[in-house]
Amino acid sequence: MVQHRSVAVVGAAETTGLGIIPGMSQIMLHADAALNAMADCGLKPSDIDGVATAGESPVAIAHYLGITPTWTDGTSVGGCSFMLHVRHAAAAIESGLCKTVLITHGESGKSRVGAGGWGGGSPASLQGQFETPYGIAGPPSIFTIPVLRYLKTYGIPIEKLANVAVVQREWAAKNPRATMKDPITVADVLASRMIAYPFRLLMCCLVTDGGGALILTGAERAKDFPRKPVYILGTGESSETPLISQMDDFNASRAFRVSGAKAFAEAGIAHADVDHLMIYDAFAHLPLYGLEALGFCKPGEAADYIWERNTAPGGNLPLNTNGGGLSYMHSGMYGMYALQESVRQMRGIAPAQVPGAKISVCHGVGGMFAASGTVIFTNEPA
Amino acid sequence: MTAHKRRAPVPTPETAEFWAGTKKGELRLQRCTACAHVYFPARPFCPACASRDVAWFTASGKGTLYSYVINERPAPGFTAPYSIAVVALDEGPRMMTNIVECPQTPEALVLDMPVEIVFEQLDDTIALPLFRPVVR
Ligand SMILES: [Zn+2]
Repeated sequence: MVQHRSVAVVGAAETTGLGIIPGMSQIMLHADAALNAMADCGLKPSDIDGVATAGESPVAIAHYLGITPTWTDGTSVGGCSFMLHVRHAAAAIESGLCKTVLITHGESGKSRVGAGGWGGGSPASLQGQFETPYGIAGPPSIFTIPVLRYLKTYGIPIEKLANVAVVQREWAAKNPRATMKDPITVADVLASRMIAYPFRLLMCCLVTDGGGALILTGAERAKDFPRKPVYILGTGESSETPLISQMDDFNASRAFRVSGAKAFAEAGIAHADVDHLMIYDAFAHLPLYGLEALGFCKPGEAADYIWERNTAPGGNLPLNTNGGGLSYMHSGMYGMYALQESVRQMRGIAPAQVPGAKISVCHGVGGMFAASGTVIFTNEPA
Repeated sequence: MTAHKRRAPVPTPETAEFWAGTKKGELRLQRCTACAHVYFPARPFCPACASRDVAWFTASGKGTLYSYVINERPAPGFTAPYSIAVVALDEGPRMMTNIVECPQTPEALVLDMPVEIVFEQLDDTIALPLFRPVVR
């Protein structure tokens, strides 16, 4: 287990632009974010000796930026890969494999410049044999499949699912960089175009271009950097299945539960200690599954918890304060943006800053409930 | 040519028996001889206990509708709207499928309704297991 607060985020930045960036290919989005993160902490490529990324190879990113790494991590388990990179980097730094790690993300999700595509797996893969033939066509028709079961199990009306998007839009309205800022109502969500019943357009994440990068180093060096250090307090990761049809239970994510429990145990904190929460929201049901798997709500109670405005501006558990994948931005692997918002909140510089926040939990999903990673940050040194 | 057909599976050594079964109109699953666990998708060992002592059997082809979406977006070989469903088989495992021979509407697709298997011949080599409501 990584010691509490032994590793800190000292550099953090997103791409210069966010949203529609036709003038940058995918690898340049990684590089733009990396250059911004290096500028944020006053480091040069020659100061970096560890590189982790997903979507591109860490070899490609290191060479593109002129870095000679002694440690690389190409863990690629979907949108939460960056949570796992933080976890792995903390262990690598603490064990002396490297001193300063750069984690990058960049994705030309909207403009598709130099980007790969979602293929549904080779026809001989498990997904290619047992899911793709049934007409799955990307995340909106896959990630959404468990939800009718969840709604029936707990007797949750569709309005309460729609409301997740409404509350997150309230947060987005406070964020100048959010893609969608205009207020919406439950009625607006339920009147938006049907994508895959019961999911309508406003219950689905945006598709945008962007990137982000983090720089981590040992806590003993962290005070030498210009920004307030953000310490790693605990981390977790897990995986379940590449086939959504083979999840243990459509009412809950095992990967969420295992990853979250590991991070909370490692951090040694109680739920009441959490000031700020990020839950990767590719679709409106993910905050529900996340709140329940992380233990903030009992099974089936998260929709009411959000309905009662606990996670809204002014509530006791501010959730997805950047507006989330539903309203802020979503390039494809959104986990990096959740991490960036947690770091901003811990630095005290978020557009919708939670006053006095000391502990932030950042929880990610990879694939369609396939994998999960959790990082718990604090701004209080040991 | 293939652009308007659904994307067909390509069997592997581990799944060939499953696809040989569907071609003959049978849903073949595996049961662990050591712990009696019934599982899907096919593999030559038990995912519950790791025993390699497993045996094929022909399942009933009966189940219930566990969850689904009705996709409104295009996919090769499909005309929207169409259901993408997960069926809970009477023998225990769940599998993805399409619910056919009924309107593709929330009113016709009721969770937990009984369904039964039908096979759609995609080409000379592959028959795909689909499900339809059990008419009472
Ligand atoms: Zn067994």
